[in-house]
Amino acid sequence: MSPPLLGVEEEVQSSVSSPSVECISENGMGLKERNYLGLSDCSSVDSSGVSSNLNLKATELRLGLPGSQSPERETELCLLNLGKLDEKPLFPLLPSKDGICSSSQKNVVTGNKRGFSDTMDGFSEVKGYVYTEKSWMFHEAGSDSESPQSVGHGKYPGNSGVNVILSTRSPGVQASVKQDEPANVLQEQPRATNGTSLKQTVISDNNTGAPAAKAQVVGWPPIRPFRTKTLAASSKNNDEVDGKPGPGALFVKVSMDGAPYLRKVDLRTYSTYQELSSALEKMFSCFTLGQCGSNGTAGKETLSESRLKDLLHGSEYVVTYKDKDGDWMLVGDVPWEMFIETCKRLKIMKSSDAIGLAPRAMEKSKANNKKEFGYGC
Amino acid sequence: MNYFPDEVLEHVFDFITSHKDRNSVSLVCKSWYKIERCSRQRVFIGNCYSISPERLIARFPGLKSLTLKGKPHFADFNLVPHDWGGFVYPWIKALAKSRIGLEELRLKRMVVSDESLELLSKSFVNFKSLVLVSCEGFTTDGLAAIAANCRFLRELDLQENEVDDHRGHWLSCFPESCTSLISLNFACLRGEVNLGALERLVSRSPNLKSLRLNRAVPLDTLQKLLMRAPQLVDLGIGSYVHDPFSEVYNKLKIAIQRCKSIRSLSGFLEVAPHCMSAIYPICGNLTFLNLSYAPGLHGNKLMKLIQHCRKLQRLWILDCIGDKGLGVVALTCKELQELRVFPSDPFGAGNAAVTEEGLVLVSAGCPKLNSLLYFCQQMTNAALITVAKNCPNFIRFRLCILDPIKPDPVTNQPLDEGFGAIVQSCKGLKRLSLSGLLTDQVFLYIGMYAEQLEMLSIAFAADSDKGMLYVLNGCKKLRKLEIRDCPFGDAALLEDVGKYETMRSLWMSSCEVTLGGCKSVAEKMPSLNVEIIDECEQMEFNLVDKQKVDKMYLYRTLVGHRKDAPEYVLIL
Repeated sequence: MSPPLLGVEEEVQSSVSSPSVECISENGMGLKERNYLGLSDCSSVDSSGVSSNLNLKATELRLGLPGSQSPERETELCLLNLGKLDEKPLFPLLPSKDGICSSSQKNVVTGNKRGFSDTMDGFSEVKGYVYTEKSWMFHEAGSDSESPQSVGHGKYPGNSGVNVILSTRSPGVQASVKQDEPANVLQEQPRATNGTSLKQTVISDNNTGAPAAKAQVVGWPPIRPFRTKTLAASSKNNDEVDGKPGPGALFVKVSMDGAPYLRKVDLRTYSTYQELSSALEKMFSCFTLGQCGSNGTAGKETLSESRLKDLLHGSEYVVTYKDKDGDWMLVGDVPWEMFIETCKRLKIMKSSDAIGLAPRAMEKSKANNKKEFGYGC
Repeated sequence: MNYFPDEVLEHVFDFITSHKDRNSVSLVCKSWYKIERCSRQRVFIGNCYSISPERLIARFPGLKSLTLKGKPHFADFNLVPHDWGGFVYPWIKALAKSRIGLEELRLKRMVVSDESLELLSKSFVNFKSLVLVSCEGFTTDGLAAIAANCRFLRELDLQENEVDDHRGHWLSCFPESCTSLISLNFACLRGEVNLGALERLVSRSPNLKSLRLNRAVPLDTLQKLLMRAPQLVDLGIGSYVHDPFSEVYNKLKIAIQRCKSIRSLSGFLEVAPHCMSAIYPICGNLTFLNLSYAPGLHGNKLMKLIQHCRKLQRLWILDCIGDKGLGVVALTCKELQELRVFPSDPFGAGNAAVTEEGLVLVSAGCPKLNSLLYFCQQMTNAALITVAKNCPNFIRFRLCILDPIKPDPVTNQPLDEGFGAIVQSCKGLKRLSLSGLLTDQVFLYIGMYAEQLEMLSIAFAADSDKGMLYVLNGCKKLRKLEIRDCPFGDAALLEDVGKYETMRSLWMSSCEVTLGGCKSVAEKMPSLNVEIIDECEQMEFNLVDKQKVDKMYLYRTLVGHRKDAPEYVLIL
């Protein structure tokens, strides 16, 4: 039990006092306190509507890995609600933050049932939300270390107040472990990293099932290193070797206008659009070669490659994909992880054919040429 | 006084093969001791530091087979530094100098150098069998020496060793005259082998019964090998990947069908699941199936394979079989005695596919189950109680819940009652490994009921010294006790130091024992070596008795302090 706790103590700076952290992890008291505060009500009522709203935002605005943020947001919202409940009695000295808190919460809650029109507003709401959440965290930091007396003066006695805060943090904490780091959120709100890392460390303490906690314990689970090494090597090989679409491979057909036959690529062997782009270039170079009518034998390869690049980047072709709904979309708009989940088929079209295909999106992709596909015209 | 001449007694003793029995025989009287020691051919030494090679040679001049174990068990889990000890070289050197006609050497968790292998290969004319399990320190060059020099080699069995693979021609070093091979296992080697040399070797080994290949041996070579060795009893497949519509695959199917003697199957280090149907013809005869290195095999393909294995007695599998898959095992494998379920993703985000349900199903369907190693996501007291009722014959029960202090998820209680039921029901239990949330109570049960227990592994358990005391007081046959991350301190350690002389060893790491406590044990019991393993060398400048000891390993010995300990090992 000591290794996870040690981890927490190292990273926690001001707001969390170790005895209360220990208290939660060992006795599981956090559970009881959550119920006491009606946390479950909060999460079921408010966040469901909000999360769908936020999901849209996620895909539209590329704030982070799609699908990964909404659960966090719903619990963050939850925290926010609770924060609102708690803040008033506990932190009477900081009314201004309360104000921010309630206003953005209001916005987010009312944005609940609206549709697309709210998403643009939603963006700033998100910002505000995050800001508030962060400030709420700092808020606690302030309360614990700087003004313990203010806690004492609140409605709840100091100790349970601290526990309450921790417990309200924990559901968000647990949820956020399961996703990737919301890096983009952090980028926009650099000061939030403090809060997030705090959450993460509380996770490693509270939720012993989390990977972070497990990784810290030397020699657990008790498996011979020979076995883990061999299994790791086996899985890697199986992914390369197994032709069937299983957890290891994701083969999609790739067609190109004018090519006599199609190809297949395993999307899981790439991790960025750039890699996929290069692979497709290599695969279909022979066809574009024919088209540009190059001749001569020596130095053909190098000639074709540069000509191909000119062709592709010179916007003769665009790469599109067919998604789950059957729509043809331009490759490069959505984050890579989301792309490979939804992509069913790839098609390399001539840009002249692709004009009707989300022209604004193509312009956008031209602007983002470095990261995304360079095929846009 | 003997009623029979020595030769007759010797002949009688020949029928006594168990080490324990022979040890007992040697204690009866002086003449029995003498007869026994001169006729003893096989010796087992569970801790290489408990005796010296010179004394071994002096007592057993007729020695032919030696089994040695080196590092403590927890070395398997990175808790013991690599150069802690367990070197085999001094043993081989001493045996080589003597007139011992060594024929078989079996080593576990020892450090084996190429130099030792070379010396071994050149010193014993009749050397026949080398078995290395979880050893390290050698390369394929050492194997080449064994292959080249041991003219009558019958067995070369390498299990889970860390071998530096120089991709040399060690297989080609078997001379053309070597036709005596019965068992060849090189599955743990990571490098290429000379396939032609392998084929020729198998062709000229008519007695070959056991062949376990490594990943570098492709399917077409496998097919050729099987055609040449249809008498195989134990097969380990390296790579099992091919196009199911190819000529090679068809040939393989024919070759496998000819192998009517195969009873044991393992490997599949690389596997294409759609080719498994070729294996079905031999599944009906299998008694041992080891798929624990084949993560590529799961789901329906795995189910189908298992459904053909009606005679299975031992199954080693990955947890991607799932509870549902274990249900299939329960329905199909009625003869099952040993089950090992390994985690396919030990550090993953809690997605281990087996829970208590799978275990309960197997226990209900396989009443002969007596040996278990089970890595799972969670366990309940109710499940353990049911398992205890269904299978009272457990000899080995090792449960590892991936989250080390997880309680019963249904009741939120510790797992004391569940394990208590196991020890109470399984009167013949010899080995037990605990996990999950556990208090002192479970140790009370163990002390009360686990009368035959010889080995106990404890991690992240107990509330106080009482836990350890219950075990030390109650388990009279305890030989090995290994503890990590438990609140046991000096009071427990010092309660009955005489007990440790009746045991092989005690390991305690990240507990509450202090340097003073350990010193006390060492003072009172000169027949024990008390080693403090202090990798961070914290104790060098701070030899204060009150200092807590991170890792302590104590063991009984007849030869005092060892001379080969590294600097960070302090022998008290």
